[in-house]
Amino acid sequence: MRDVSLGQYYAVSSPVHRLDPRFKMFAVLVVMVATFFITSFFVFGVAFIFIITVSLIARLPLLKVFRSLRAIFILMLFSLILTMIFSSGQYGEVVLWSWRRINIYISAMLNAGMLASRLVLLMLTPTILTLTTTPIELTDALESILKPLTLLKVPVYVFALIMSIALRMVPTLFEETDKIISAQKARCADFESANLFRRAKSLGSILIPLFISSFRRADELADALDSRCFNGGKRTRLKKLKFEIRDLVSLIIVLAFLFLVLLLRYNWWSFYWIIQLNNVVI
Amino acid sequence: MPITVKNISYTFSPKTPYEKKALDDISLTIEDGEFFGIIGHTGSGKSTLVSHFNALTRVQTGEIVIDEFVLGKKKIKKRELRNLRARVGHVFQFPEYQLFADSVLADVSFGPKNLRLPKDEIYNRAKEAIELVGLDFEAIKDRSPFELSGGQKRRVAIAGVLAMKPKILILDEPTSGLDPQGKIEILELVQKIRRDACKIVIMISHNMDEVASVADRIAVLNKGKLATILPPKELFRSRNLLQKFNISMPEASSLANELADKGYKIDRGVVTVEELVEEIKRLMRNEE
Amino acid sequence: MLILKCYNLFVGYITFDNVFYSYNAGFEDEVEALRGVSFNIEKGEFVAICGHNGSGKSTIARLMNGLLQPQQGIVTVDGMNTLKPKNSFEIRKRVGLVFQNPDNQMVASIIEDDVAFGPENLGLARSEIEERVVWALESVGMSEYRKGTPFRLSGGQKQRIAIAGVLALKPDVLVLDESTAMLDPMGRKEILQVAKRLQKEERMSVVLITHFLEEALLADKVIVLNQGQIALTGGTEVLSKADILEPLGLDVPFASKVANLLNLREGIVNREELVEEIERLCR
Repeated sequence: MRDVSLGQYYAVSSPVHRLDPRFKMFAVLVVMVATFFITSFFVFGVAFIFIITVSLIARLPLLKVFRSLRAIFILMLFSLILTMIFSSGQYGEVVLWSWRRINIYISAMLNAGMLASRLVLLMLTPTILTLTTTPIELTDALESILKPLTLLKVPVYVFALIMSIALRMVPTLFEETDKIISAQKARCADFESANLFRRAKSLGSILIPLFISSFRRADELADALDSRCFNGGKRTRLKKLKFEIRDLVSLIIVLAFLFLVLLLRYNWWSFYWIIQLNNVVI
Repeated sequence: MPITVKNISYTFSPKTPYEKKALDDISLTIEDGEFFGIIGHTGSGKSTLVSHFNALTRVQTGEIVIDEFVLGKKKIKKRELRNLRARVGHVFQFPEYQLFADSVLADVSFGPKNLRLPKDEIYNRAKEAIELVGLDFEAIKDRSPFELSGGQKRRVAIAGVLAMKPKILILDEPTSGLDPQGKIEILELVQKIRRDACKIVIMISHNMDEVASVADRIAVLNKGKLATILPPKELFRSRNLLQKFNISMPEASSLANELADKGYKIDRGVVTVEELVEEIKRLMRNEE
Repeated sequence: MLILKCYNLFVGYITFDNVFYSYNAGFEDEVEALRGVSFNIEKGEFVAICGHNGSGKSTIARLMNGLLQPQQGIVTVDGMNTLKPKNSFEIRKRVGLVFQNPDNQMVASIIEDDVAFGPENLGLARSEIEERVVWALESVGMSEYRKGTPFRLSGGQKQRIAIAGVLALKPDVLVLDESTAMLDPMGRKEILQVAKRLQKEERMSVVLITHFLEEALLADKVIVLNQGQIALTGGTEVLSKADILEPLGLDVPFASKVANLLNLREGIVNREELVEEIERLCR
C-alpha cells in the first residue's frame, strides 16, 4: 500500500528533488508570474521547453507530468470555445467562418490558443513542485518562510505542527476507514444501492465510527503532546533548511528565464531580432 | 466439503514498487462442526486469507468453494454476495470500533436489515443475538452502545454479526486489548457460539494459549505460506517446526517439554494448565 | 522547597500521599477513580502497577506527570508538588509518559522528526537535539529506521519509537501506561526488554502499568489496585496469591497457577522456581 501522505510525490533522486523546498516554491511563483507576460507563441514554446527540461532533469516520466492536465481539461475546453465565439475580432479583420450570428476570426483563435497555453503552463509548473517535493518538505518550507511572522506574535510553529500532525494522521485514518468499510460490508452494508436512503444510512455506518475514533485519537494525542513538554514556549528545531550552491545556480536560471520573458515582451533595447522572433510562429 | 480452499495466492498492489506477496499457494479444507484456529505473526497473511471467505477480498488466483458458493476470479452477483456474507459472518479485530447506531438494538439490527428481512424477524434475530452473547436484552436494548464498558461493547459488536445467523463465523483476535477477566469471558462466549449457533468457527490469534485450548485443528501461516495444519496436541509435540517459524508454544506445553528434556516421563503434547497439572501429579506419584 | 527536597531523599522520588481523584467530580455521573492511594517510587526502581480495567491504574499515570491533579492528597515528583502550575514543565521533563496506542502519540511522519519533538520543545541547541535523537533511537534499538516513516512498522516497533520520543526528554522516570496492551506477543516482549534494559543500564525508574501479572514479574515492587484502592503491595512474590488476585479479575502468573494447583509451597511466581520445586519433589 502506498503512503497516502506522500500526495503525488514521485520518489526518485534527482537534482530537482534535492533543491531547497523554499526555493522551489519561490521558483514556481516566478515562473507562474512570468506566464502572464508571455504574448507570443514563440515564447510559449521556450517556456514549454524549459518546463520539459526541468521535468527531464527531475527524472519525472513526462506522461505523469502531463496527466495533471486532465484536471483542467473541461475548464480549458470551455474557455477556448467561449473565447472563440465571443471575441469580435480586430478592426476591419475578415471573418474566417460564420454561422448564424457567430463569427470566428483568426485573431480570436490565436487568443484562444494563447489562453490554452497559459493554462497549461499554470498547471504544469506547480505539478513539478508537488511531484518532486514531499508534503513534509512543503510544510517545513512554509514554516520557514512564515517565520518572520513570529515577531508579530503569530504562532507559526503551531500551524506547522497542525500541518505535520494532519499529514501524519492521513494514512492512519485511511487505514482505519478501510477497516470500518470492511467490517460494515461484512454486515452486508450496501454502498452501491440505487436507493439513496439506504446508501446514506450505510455511509453513516462508516462516518460515525470514524468520527468517534478521531475524537478519541485527538484526546490521546493532546495528552501525549502535553507529556512531551509541548507548552507553546520557545522551541528550537532539529532540522534547518539550508540554501546551497545548487539552489543559487537554479535561482539564477529561473531569474534568467523571467528576464528573457520580460525582454521578449517589452523589448527594452528595441532589438529588431526580437520582433522578428516574436513573429516567427504567427 | 463445506470450505475448500484451492491454490490461493494473493499479491498487494501488483505491478507497482509497493508489490507484496501476502498469500502463496494456500490449499486447505475445513469440515462442518470444526473449530479451526489460524496462527501466525503479524503480516503472515492470516487476515488476508480469511477475508477471502466472505469475498471482502477478491480471489486473484485459485478458487474457494464454500457450500454452494464458488469464489474465483469472476465477479459474483450482488444477491449472491449478500447470501454469502450472511452465511459467513466476520468479526474483525476490535469490532467495537464499528459500532455506530444510537441504540444497541439498532446497531445489532443493522445486518439483518441489510438482508432485507421482515421487521419482526429483524427484531427477533437481534433479541436472540443479544441474549446469545450474554447481555440482558430488555436492560440494554435502548442504551447507547458508546456508554457501555469495553467488554460489553465487544459483545454487542459480536451480536451484530451473529444476528445475521451465519453458519460460519470468523473471529479475528477476539480477545485483543481486553483485561484477563474480559478475555476469559469472550473465550467462553466463543465456545458457546460454537455449541449453539455456528457450525464452523474460525479463529485467528497470535496467542497460542487461547487457540490451543479451543481449536480442533490449527493452521500455522508463515510469510504467506501454509506451514502446517495439525491438531493442537500434535502441533506442540513437533517442537522443531514451531521453533522454525518462531511461534511460541502455550506455557503449559513449553513447561512439559522442558521437563521432558530433563528426562522426566511426561507427555510433550499437553496443552492446558489442567492437563499439565495432571501429568505432573502422575509424575510425582510414580517417582515417590 | 529545600525541606521538601530533603524529605524526598528519605521517602521517594515520586510520592503519592492519600490521593483521591474522581472523573466528572460534582456531577451525576461522577466516577471515583482513586480513593486514598499512598505509595512511593524510588529512583532506579522498577514498579508494576496492576489492576483490571477501571481499577484506577491509568489515572495514576496521569497524576504522575501532572496531566491530572489530585482532588485530595498530594503528589510530588522530585520534591515538586504537581498542584503548582509553575512546576508542570519541570515535572514533565522528569516523568515521561508512554500511552497505549503508538499511533496516537506520534506527531511527525519521519521518525527522527518525531523523536526530536520533545527536545525541540525544551528549546535545546541543535547539536544537543541531534545527540539525544541518536541516543534515544539507539536505546530502543531502532537506529536504522531513523530517516524512515512509521507507517510500515509493526506495533512493537511503533511503540518503541514512541518510547524513544519520551526518552529524548531524558526523564528520570519512564511510565508505560498499558503500552503493551494492544501489541502482539512479540511486540510485548520487545517493549518489556527495552524497559528492563533502561532500568538496568540507564538507571531509570520504570513504572509499568498493566493488567497482565505475568509482565509484572519484571518488577522490583508490585502494586495491585482494586476499585481505586491498593489491594496488595510488595515484591513479586505477592503475585502468587491467587486467593486475593483472582477475585479481582486478575490472572496469576502461569508458574503460580501451576504451583497452586499442585499445592506446592507459597510464593512461586516464575518458571525457574517452579521447575526447581517440581524436581525437588520428584527426586
